[in-house]
Order: sequence, then structure tokens, then C-alpha cells
Amino acid sequence: MDVSDSVIDHLRHVAALPDLAGTRYELESEIGRGGLGVVYAARDRQLDRRVALKVLDAALAGEARLIARLEHPGIVPIYETGTLPDGRAFYAMKLVAGERVDHYAGGPHPLADRLRVVRRTGEALALAHSRGIIHRDLKPQNVMVGEFGEVYVMDWGVEAVAGTPQFRAPEARLDQRSDIYALGALLQFLLPAAASPALRAIAAKAMRADPADRYPDVPALLTDIERFQEGLAVEAWSEPLSHRLRRFGARNAVLLWLLAAYAGVKLLLLFLRIL
Amino acid sequence: MNKIVVGLLFGLILGALDGASAWFYPEVRSVIGGILVGSSIKGMLVGLFSGWFARKVDSTGWGVVVGAGLGLLFAYLVAAMQHEHYLEIMLPGFVTGAIIGFLTQRMGRPGFAEKKAA
Repeated sequence: MDVSDSVIDHLRHVAALPDLAGTRYELESEIGRGGLGVVYAARDRQLDRRVALKVLDAALAGEARLIARLEHPGIVPIYETGTLPDGRAFYAMKLVAGERVDHYAGGPHPLADRLRVVRRTGEALALAHSRGIIHRDLKPQNVMVGEFGEVYVMDWGVEAVAGTPQFRAPEARLDQRSDIYALGALLQFLLPAAASPALRAIAAKAMRADPADRYPDVPALLTDIERFQEGLAVEAWSEPLSHRLRRFGARNAVLLWLLAAYAGVKLLLLFLRIL
Repeated sequence: MNKIVVGLLFGLILGALDGASAWFYPEVRSVIGGILVGSSIKGMLVGLFSGWFARKVDSTGWGVVVGAGLGLLFAYLVAAMQHEHYLEIMLPGFVTGAIIGFLTQRMGRPGFAEKKAA
């Protein structure tokens, strides 16, 4: 009997499905593939809630332990880890309803929202770095924006086998500064076409080829973004005088109008006197 | 530096500058010293009350309005003492008061009420 390719593919797919017997979870559907594991939507029978189940090779089980050590609003909480009957490791985590940043970037989101995504991502990174954990594969596909605007950074600690070159630092040995490179690339990815030169300079500084020339840590990068949003000069960019004057004018518009009003009043009174 | 001190400082400086502008009126040049002192004191009074208001209310808009109102009031009192130059004293005093009100809102350490709210 001939068996068609589609049947073989289907059998392979079914064989690859995780056997959740003995766990409290009920498989629903595959959500996606990333970080050398497959993510499924599942139902937790005990707590009657939907969760995300990531199934990966036992050798990569350390990823779950890494993430479980990180408690931060920007890091998806881990509920449970375990081993499937077939030896594969799994962990159950919060099922995030939202969209990945690579899709989010194409939407009509204002600059302030885009910068908020970068800042929330950076805050999660900063927490991880303070615990000695590096992401290694930060890219838009690994950052989710929830339905209420919350930001989650996913797929921690797994160095990309075939990552997106645009977001991968050039150095061979990855460290915290590699994550800074990736965060700068994320910022650049999210910027609209007509973005301020100051923001482009911040991204460029984070993405310098020599790690020593980048921001020393994530908080320094976030501080520069914050300074930009407050109308202050940023460390990454030596702005020309015309831009500095424009920025001063925008930041002190009310004061300048009041001073102009005072000058106007004085000139008017002088003019009336002459008349 | 708290907001009252900011108000006093800017009130003194702006009041003095406002008083110095009287030099453009030759008929009062002989008494410009007194005008400078009076205008500085007027400015400091506006700054004092604007600074106090800024410690209680965190609103740039209201700060400008209150400063302008105080500037107008004290300028009127000064003009009324002389029974002349009402326009030349009250108009600039009004705008100077608005500037002092703005500066006390934007600068200086917040007051206790603001710290409590924070």
C-alpha cells in the first residue's frame, strides 16, 4: 500500500505531539516554535485555566530554571516544570494574549507606545543582568505586547542557532553587552521612518561593533531614552546648535511666550508714549 | 531651594529689571533708584506669595494666573500711590507676575503637600 507524503507528514506531526499523560494539562493546539522548543496552548485541569506549555529537549531544561529565578512584570511567570514520559522537558507558563513585536511594529502605534515597549523590555533585561542572566537571543519575535499593553520578554538564555543577524551582536562570545546591542536593534526596528536623530543615535550607540563603545549597561540606555522623552539632550548625540535651540524652545515655550509678551507690552507702551 | 525662595529670588531679579526699564522714561530718571527698590520689593512680594501657592498647588496654568493676578494687584497699589502711570506700571507688572508664577511652578523643591501626595 502506498502511503502519500501528506499522510507521512501527518503521522510525524502526531508523533511529535507531547504526551501529557500523568500531567495536569490537556493539549489544545500548537502556538509556535522558538528557542529550540515548541510552544503549545494547553488547559490546566486543576486550576481550570489556559497556559502555554513549552516542550524542549531535556538538555535545554535549564532554560526554565533560569526564567523561574526571574520575577518581573516583563518576564513570563513559570508555573511548573517537569519531564514528559518521552524524556522531553516541559514547563508551563502564563499564556500571553497579544502580539509579537515583529507584528506590532507594523501597526499604527505612536512613538510613545513604541518607546514604552523598548523601555519595558530593557527593564526586564536589566533585572536579568543583575541576576547574572543574559538573554542571548533578544529580537522582535521574542517580545510580546499583551492585549492591555503589557510587555513580555520570552525565550531566555537560549543562544540562537540561526538567529536573525540584524539583532545579533557581532562578537563571538556573548555577554550583557550583546543584549544591549540587541536592545538597540529592537529600538531601531520599532522607530518610524521619520524618527528623531537623537533616537537613531541612541540605537546606533547601543549597536556599535566594539562592545566597549556601547552603553555600559541597560539602565544607561534607558536613561537616554527617558531624557529624550523629557526633551533633554541625550548622551548618544552631539546635537547641532539649531536643534538645541529648537529643543529649548519646545521645552520652554510658555516662558518664551511670556517673555515675548513682556517685551511686546514694553514696546507698545513706548510706542504709545511716542505717539 | 524651595519654591518660596525661588519666588523671592526671581521676584527680586525680575522686579529689578522691570524697574530698570523705567530708564526709558526721562521724566522719572531722577528717581530711578527709588523705582528700582520699589519694583524689587514688589517683585519679591509677588514671588513670595506665588512660591507659597506653588507649594500648595501643582499646576502651571494656575501658577501663571495667580502670579499674574498678584503682579497686577501690587502694581495697581504702587500706581495708586502715585496717582499716575497706571498703564506703564500695571501692564508690565501683570506680565512679570505671570513669569514669576510660571517659574515658581517649574522650579524649586516641592512643598510638603506635594511630597505627601507623591
